[in-house]
Amino acid sequence: MRGIMLKRFFLVLLAAISLAAAARAQDGIGPMQAILQEQAEVIVKSSRTSIGPAIDAVAASGLPQAQGVLEAWQAKDMWQRQADGLFFRATQDGDRYLLTDFDTGAPVGEAGKADLRQIKPNSGVRALLGTALVRFQLLDPDPARRADALTSLERDANADLLAPLRAAIDPEPDAGLKARKQRLERLLTISYDPDQAARIAAIDAMSGDLGVDVRAVLNPLVATTLRVFPGTPPEGLNIAKRLRPGSADLPREAAYDMLVQADLAPPRVSPAALRDALAAHIRNGAVGGVPVAQLSDPDRRTVAYTALAAAGLVPPYLTEDQIDAALEAHVFAMLYAEPSSAVTDAANAALTNISMKVGLNQALDLGLDALSLGSIYFLAAIGLAITFGVMGVINMAHGEFIMMGAYTGYVVQQVIPNHTVSIIVAIPLAFAVTFAAGVAMERLVIRWLYNRPLETLLATFGISIALQQLAKNIFGTQARPLTSPDWLGGAWVLNDVVSISYIRIAIFVLALIFLALFLFIMKRTRLGLETRAVTQNPGMAAAMGINPGRVNMLTFGLGSGIAGIAGVAIGLFAKVTSELGSDYIVQSFMTVVVGGVGNIWGTLLGALMIGSLQKGIEFLNPSNTLAAQTYMIIFIIIFIQFRPRGIIALRGRAAGD
Amino acid sequence: MRNSFVARNPSVLIFLAILALFTLAITVLSEGVGLGLVSTSFVKTLGKTLCLALIAVAMDLVWGYAGILSLGHFAFFGLGGYMIGMWLMYERTRQIVVDSLANAPIPPTPQEISDAIGSQIFGVVGGSDFPVIWSFAHSLTIQLILVVAVPGLLALVFGWLAFRSRVTGVYLSILTQAMTLALSLYLFQNDSGLRGNNGLSGLQNLPHLDDVPQSIVSIWFFWASALALALGYLLAAWVVSGKFGSVIRGIRDNEARVRFLGYSVEAYKLALFTLTAMIAGIAGALYYPQAGIINPAEIAPIASIYLAAWVAIGGRGRLYGAVIGAGFVSLVSSWFTGGQAPDVHLGFYTIRWVDWWTILLGLSFVAVTLFAPKGIGGLVDLWTDRRAPDRHGADLGPDMGSLREREAER
Repeated sequence: MRGIMLKRFFLVLLAAISLAAAARAQDGIGPMQAILQEQAEVIVKSSRTSIGPAIDAVAASGLPQAQGVLEAWQAKDMWQRQADGLFFRATQDGDRYLLTDFDTGAPVGEAGKADLRQIKPNSGVRALLGTALVRFQLLDPDPARRADALTSLERDANADLLAPLRAAIDPEPDAGLKARKQRLERLLTISYDPDQAARIAAIDAMSGDLGVDVRAVLNPLVATTLRVFPGTPPEGLNIAKRLRPGSADLPREAAYDMLVQADLAPPRVSPAALRDALAAHIRNGAVGGVPVAQLSDPDRRTVAYTALAAAGLVPPYLTEDQIDAALEAHVFAMLYAEPSSAVTDAANAALTNISMKVGLNQALDLGLDALSLGSIYFLAAIGLAITFGVMGVINMAHGEFIMMGAYTGYVVQQVIPNHTVSIIVAIPLAFAVTFAAGVAMERLVIRWLYNRPLETLLATFGISIALQQLAKNIFGTQARPLTSPDWLGGAWVLNDVVSISYIRIAIFVLALIFLALFLFIMKRTRLGLETRAVTQNPGMAAAMGINPGRVNMLTFGLGSGIAGIAGVAIGLFAKVTSELGSDYIVQSFMTVVVGGVGNIWGTLLGALMIGSLQKGIEFLNPSNTLAAQTYMIIFIIIFIQFRPRGIIALRGRAAGD
Repeated sequence: MRNSFVARNPSVLIFLAILALFTLAITVLSEGVGLGLVSTSFVKTLGKTLCLALIAVAMDLVWGYAGILSLGHFAFFGLGGYMIGMWLMYERTRQIVVDSLANAPIPPTPQEISDAIGSQIFGVVGGSDFPVIWSFAHSLTIQLILVVAVPGLLALVFGWLAFRSRVTGVYLSILTQAMTLALSLYLFQNDSGLRGNNGLSGLQNLPHLDDVPQSIVSIWFFWASALALALGYLLAAWVVSGKFGSVIRGIRDNEARVRFLGYSVEAYKLALFTLTAMIAGIAGALYYPQAGIINPAEIAPIASIYLAAWVAIGGRGRLYGAVIGAGFVSLVSSWFTGGQAPDVHLGFYTIRWVDWWTILLGLSFVAVTLFAPKGIGGLVDLWTDRRAPDRHGADLGPDMGSLREREAER
């Protein structure tokens, strides 16, 4: 009775299924829907481990709809209609869902949520879908989307993408994208291609490339791990090199600790453990027959511990000889993770080649850095080259004029929000402000102190600290920003190693302009002529109808004004604080003194020398810029031994003595 | 027959008498041994001021008498402080470590003690090993020798390099300033071996003297500072009163002429530079135990420039001027910056001296150089009725950097 019931049930079920199949056939479902139906069970199950064939079937179908299906699937826009099991793209419209057929792209009606089932791929499945999509995106008609696909591929590649990428190279019409694809193909080949010869060929092809990505691909190939083997290492391992315990790469303690970690040797008794063990076994004021009072001697401690070990109370004590013997008996070797030695050799050769090129480019980069630092020092020192170099006035407040220029720039930016306009306004304004300050200082103080350099130093130092404190009182102690215009924001990138920011180029250009301006004023204008005359012989100059007071005032004002402009430039890349000037003052004086007082070319050479020296020392000892400054100053002190009058020394009457 | 040293220099006797009276008065009024009218912290301030006066005397020797405006003497001062600070810190840490390890069941080995001291001292800069420069930190005698030897050696090497290449005047000033900057930047590093910008601290606690209160210790240091100042002053007065003094004054006024007369100018300058560096080191070694902490910021070039300003304000070229300048400026300065000076209300703005004192000080440098080149010490000339001859604008003939005609006219 029961058996008959079951049989009838099955018969009905069978009939229903065949009816449904007939209905589908009658509807004339599209080819993509047919594929989806074939894989329906796997798709609905949506498990990472079993989904592969379904995705492959869709992707390999060769149908133009395939990309749309995969994208909808990945975006969780694919729904199954409960009634007939067909898949659609569904978009929500109120509480109804509009269904779109994958094959025709035409709307096929709508359904309520209860009638539909959403296909929800988990993140693992979505990743597989993304991989499958890549081949479509790489061949997308829109170049922007192809570029996007390449970018995401560069960021996150895996072995499966190699084949689609290779397939996408030849059809690529855009030359730039094609080059990127080829480059990426080589990188992926290095990492993932099972064929060793192809990998080596790819490594050789990339061996001159400076890109960071090339090194990122090659470095894991030559990454090593330190392993220890009892006796000879087994065959077939790709050994980079053997290490001897006690060498610089493998200190003795570290080697023995490795043995202990690998359970190849008993642990050593550390001094602390030894002490604790002794403390735990004090009996009647003695340990192992040694009185406690004697235990401040390490040798006696060993004796006591050995006695305890002999009695079996503590783990045995290891002598140095035993440690040496244990180290002797084992082989320490650096192992490549990559099994093929041909690949690691090729990778090492390529890396050597690259690092040489990188070194050359770094030298170029360092040269550019030094040049730009030199031009900053030159900018800071050029005003000083006028007041100190030409006039012989030692102005310790020169740094504060630089600071005043920077603060002028800051104030202008508060008033004029447009950065480009504000900089254009700030430069002449900074010149005007510091020119006025310089003239005032010359009239009020320095004029009375000509030919008394030490007093000038003291008085101008007083002005310097007063100005610094005044700036602190007005603007506070926190750093104020002086923002550069956007068009100065970026950097000029030559390759992954060499780049220089536009602002530094601008400062370099500014330094050149100032050099030209200085030469023009000193050699081609009346003021320059009169300045030189007054500097060489004030009495004679006065007799020739020059007013020395007026000339001195204007020259000093000019030097101070240039300091103000330098302040604006320096403020653009350094934060504006009241200490801005004092950071540069010693370097500026050094620049002028090293270069040779009274000669602008000397100042230029001095600035370049100090700049490249500082960058060079920083390169040798990158962690420590303080030490770099220390060594630089020491170098300058020694340099002055050999050329006390600077690089370019004035001779004869112009030297002034 | 020549008069005795004291008869030729009556100011030395007067100075020593005033110093003795001052020391006695403060002792009587002090909290530690006397009536308790002067607080311990003020005794320390006065003791530190005496040390500053001592380095000012050294500065006056080298600048006022020899015309070398050194902007590096505070570096020597700081080095002296570091040398004594190393012993103080080592010995005190050792004492603490030994006391704490005494309770351990097993007596510590020398290595354990040394390691514990090392991690106590250098823990802040992430180290525990003793750098080489601490090799002698366990010995007070050696560190005391180093107090004079290290600044002296540095001054000797630097001075030899500078003087033999005939760097003079402002160039020498800039060079000494660079030396000071280099030293302070070096000490700012954590791996310089002197605890980077943490410096050495806890120096006011003398090892093995835990029972003695700070009020007593402060008086001891006050006496020591006063004694050092008295001896230093005597030494300086003796140096400048003899032939040596005449030569260095000659160098100040016209270096070339002295050289042509056959004197080895470099040797004289080097000897004086080194001597004053040693005096500065001693002053620093007495100063920093009273201050309690020393860090590289103390050595920064600005401190040396302040020192020059003290001497200028006090009056250069006379030893008591340096003492007056250092004492006056540093005490007034601590009064203003300590927040004790009353604010000035202008209605629209309130002048807080903590903010404005530096400006006042800076402007007073200018005022002194312009209007009173003789400084405060010049007031003594009014009292002793010493006047400079009126030379009707004729040249005195000194070299750059020395006292010029305009100053002599006043």
